[in-house]
Amino acid sequence: MSRFPSWKELPLGATILDAGNAVEYETGQWRSERPVTDETKCVACGVCWALCPDNSRVMYKRKNPSPQALTDFYYDFNAFYCKGCGICAQECPMGAITMVPEER
Amino acid sequence: MTKARHKRVALEVSLAISEAVKLLDVDVISAYPITPQTHIVEGLAEMVNNGELDAEFIPVESEHTAMSACVGAAAVGARAFTATNSQGLALMSEILYIASGLRLPIVMVVVNRSLSAPLSIWGDHSDIMANRDIGWIQFFAENGQEALDLVVIAYRVAEDERVVLPAVINIDGFTLSHVIEPVLVPDQRSVLEFAPHRVHQITMDPDEPVMMGPVGIPEIYTEAKKAQNVALVSSRAVIDEAFDEFGKVFGRRYRAVESYRADGAEIVLVTMGGISETAMTAVDRMRRRGQKVGLIRLRVWRPFPFEDIRDALLEARAVAVLDRALSFGGCGGPVASEIRSALYNTKAKRKPPVYSFIGALSGRDFTSDEFARLVDRVRDYARRGILPEYEMVGVRE
Repeated sequence: MSRFPSWKELPLGATILDAGNAVEYETGQWRSERPVTDETKCVACGVCWALCPDNSRVMYKRKNPSPQALTDFYYDFNAFYCKGCGICAQECPMGAITMVPEER
Repeated sequence: MTKARHKRVALEVSLAISEAVKLLDVDVISAYPITPQTHIVEGLAEMVNNGELDAEFIPVESEHTAMSACVGAAAVGARAFTATNSQGLALMSEILYIASGLRLPIVMVVVNRSLSAPLSIWGDHSDIMANRDIGWIQFFAENGQEALDLVVIAYRVAEDERVVLPAVINIDGFTLSHVIEPVLVPDQRSVLEFAPHRVHQITMDPDEPVMMGPVGIPEIYTEAKKAQNVALVSSRAVIDEAFDEFGKVFGRRYRAVESYRADGAEIVLVTMGGISETAMTAVDRMRRRGQKVGLIRLRVWRPFPFEDIRDALLEARAVAVLDRALSFGGCGGPVASEIRSALYNTKAKRKPPVYSFIGALSGRDFTSDEFARLVDRVRDYARRGILPEYEMVGVRE
């Protein structure tokens, strides 16, 4: 969201007129730790994708696919929405995700 | 603009309110019975059942739900009404803030009754004072005619495009709700011309979905509250306009602050609600004895009429406020506290002392003699320079 409305611009009762506009809200700003995925360990099982409360685990094409890789994609995070809760890192059966402090 | 026709009938004040709701062609009534509000909704239930009023009557299991149903009804653009008091109002409290926050023009009558414990079904203002900051427009009626008229006025103001806020009309439990008075009932055409159903709130519509009551993130909440407060404060101009227009059509002229023989008065009493009529009798008797005593009655409690209070009271030598509620461990009387606040922020060189009295709790009689004794006490305090924070009157030691 580029700019928040002034009190005069706000619709009555702070009602949201364009339903579904939560997609515009960058919840990624709340993050204090980011999930860093080791692409070589990820077997693309999808456990993180299934458990992420913010639909922030996304399929990416492997950058350096090893000959042993079973899939040509792996899971990484969507930086715009990921709040850094760490559920993916906790649940990853391959130990492929590490939570790293955000430093800006 | 044609003058309204009236029928003069003897009506219990509760039923005069039911009659007003019928004249206003309300769409949804949702209520839970509680003494002494019952007769209002019983009357309405009967009207709906008899086909006199084409409305949905939603009987609910609690006041929390009664107000929730009103919120839902108003959110689809229906004209909604409910009535309650005391414990019921307390239970409603959560939703009262939501109704005003969502800017839904619901109208409610509160038949003022004490809060438990100890349990009491009798009248005072402790219920509405506990819900003073709900963000609703708040009126106080002094008799049956005013109760009926203020319901009509409340819908017009609440639904006005410049306001879009809920409104509450307070009437005293039993001493108003259960007495039979001669009431002028206006014709329905005039009522609906004066207060046609207007929908300026944002409404729910499957074809144009909106999200009502979303999370107000820190970047939004303050702006939402500012907008809500500005709407409430500026509703005063709309209330005055409605009072004026009402006077022209119906022949009864109301003001936010009513003054009674207060010109040149040295001691001015301040009251709110039905007890004001006793106070007027008391003022007449004291004036006959040559005492310079007057009375100010608040008809509009929210938005609080600061300017009118300054105009009415700054010239007085002393002000005596009778509150029918107690702010525990705080200012004492909530009305007195507001009046002090109005008088403190002024450049006037001389400000009258404000004496705060708490009395007439839980339906205890407060007679014109007691008003006279109150005035004697204020005169004595003023002479001796005593200024108590507040005082409960008529308490057995």
